[in-house]
Amino acid sequence: MRIVYADNAATTSVSRTALEAMLPYFTEHYGNPSTIYSVGREARRALDTAREKVAKALGTEAKEIYFTGGGTEADNWAIRGTAELRQKKGKHIITTAIEHHAVLHTCKDLEKHGYEVTYLPVDEYGRVTADQLRGAIREDTILVSIMAANNEIGTILPIKELCAIAHEKGVLFHTDAVQAVGHIPLDVKELDVDMLSVSAHKFRGPKGIGALYVRRGLSLPPLLTGGGQESGRRSGTENVAGACGMAAALEESVEHMDENVKKVSAMRDRLIEGLLKIPYSRLTGDPVNRLPGTASFVFEFIEGESMILSLDAAGICASSGSACSSGSLDPSHVLTAIGLPHEVAHGSLRLSINECNTEEDIDYILQTLPPIIQRLRDMSPLWEDYIKKFKA
Amino acid sequence: MYSEKVLDHFYNPRNVGELPDANAIGTVGNPRCGDIMKIYMKIEDDIIKDISFKTFGCGAAIATSSMATELVKGKTIQEALSLTNSAVTDALDGLPPQKLHCSVLAEEGIKAAIGDYYRRQGIDPEPIVGCSFDCEACHKEHHEH
Repeated sequence: MRIVYADNAATTSVSRTALEAMLPYFTEHYGNPSTIYSVGREARRALDTAREKVAKALGTEAKEIYFTGGGTEADNWAIRGTAELRQKKGKHIITTAIEHHAVLHTCKDLEKHGYEVTYLPVDEYGRVTADQLRGAIREDTILVSIMAANNEIGTILPIKELCAIAHEKGVLFHTDAVQAVGHIPLDVKELDVDMLSVSAHKFRGPKGIGALYVRRGLSLPPLLTGGGQESGRRSGTENVAGACGMAAALEESVEHMDENVKKVSAMRDRLIEGLLKIPYSRLTGDPVNRLPGTASFVFEFIEGESMILSLDAAGICASSGSACSSGSLDPSHVLTAIGLPHEVAHGSLRLSINECNTEEDIDYILQTLPPIIQRLRDMSPLWEDYIKKFKA
Repeated sequence: MYSEKVLDHFYNPRNVGELPDANAIGTVGNPRCGDIMKIYMKIEDDIIKDISFKTFGCGAAIATSSMATELVKGKTIQEALSLTNSAVTDALDGLPPQKLHCSVLAEEGIKAAIGDYYRRQGIDPEPIVGCSFDCEACHKEHHEH
């Protein structure tokens, strides 16, 4: 059966380049980078090179890049580390209502330990404004953490502008850039952020590795203590193969970014244009400032998980923010934050594509999805009620 | 995560659609929570001659609706009232734990339709059916369906 993978915001396939960059470090150069003999030195050299490549792709220097076990760890470290570092100044943190759970649940956890968190509301497109942020900053605010781009609706947030507001008031700024890195141009020095989280498997690197950019001079205390790796900031024997794979994937993504953005956003726009022809459908997220690969929708009168199952039977991999997809009775916090009523949010669908997808994939989705939606609506009592009301 | 039977009843639901000559209709669930189930029955001589459903909900909600209608079709009202959510779940070879509430909805949907049947005949269904889970009809508050 034909498989169309359209869930690249969840994870991606590892690129050939990334895989080949990793392989020697499993079997040949398997040494521990902390050792001084040749097998270990080889691993150390590879790790240093990987760090330099990641730094260069983000517009910074190697000494400001720390490898982590992924995006979630990077977010935890940035937030918990800052909370510890600045606790004498205050215990107030500002974030948004649409952050990834890695940020939101970390903030919720800090609330249990005496920290206060402001969750900035967003508009219908998932945007926060500079004025909103300015109004929320207090004397005791120690950190602003706002994502660079949203994983569910693809909205790109104005990080440079928001970061400037935080800095005006002497507040540190962290951005979860997991969905943005490798997909849109991004330079940490231009953004001027203090910390930035990266996850390799979102740009065709391997799972289980990420990085945190920490601006030089910011003495962020470690989250993990132990053998003192990563300049004492992140203990644990380094994932050398992972770092090499991440660096190769990121280098490749940045090198081909212009052409990929062009190709992927054209396919995304075809998806959006084609699927919005379905009655009672809406685009979610910012119509203009959105990730090149994210096409996200709600289809009224039906439920997301049944859409995902039906698409799966046709070989299409996608995701939904419906309650049944999450195992709770509430739909995703992002969809409710942009003001969708629960019953509408249950009908959400996210198609996230990347450069591996083809025009034929798009054609296939465009011809497969509309009859699925019709079939589910024909089964839905809500649709029946609506049609009866409409005819009455 | 779903059994073959659940997937079969999701992809090929039995008894789906409206029943034009239904004399018993029950609706349970809440669109806010992501599932709503409507059961139509044609009852004659205390026997469920025909039955159908329409469901807004996830794969498990649609599959349990389909299975529940299969289990009570041709049965007496008394037999239908004794249908439990675990019987529906067992017939589907199980459901993931977070989906068990869907099978409760199916049991309630059957009871709500039978409650409606009695109500249409001027009989208070509560002594027979118990709570019919049709909140609008009985005006009693329900919080956890």
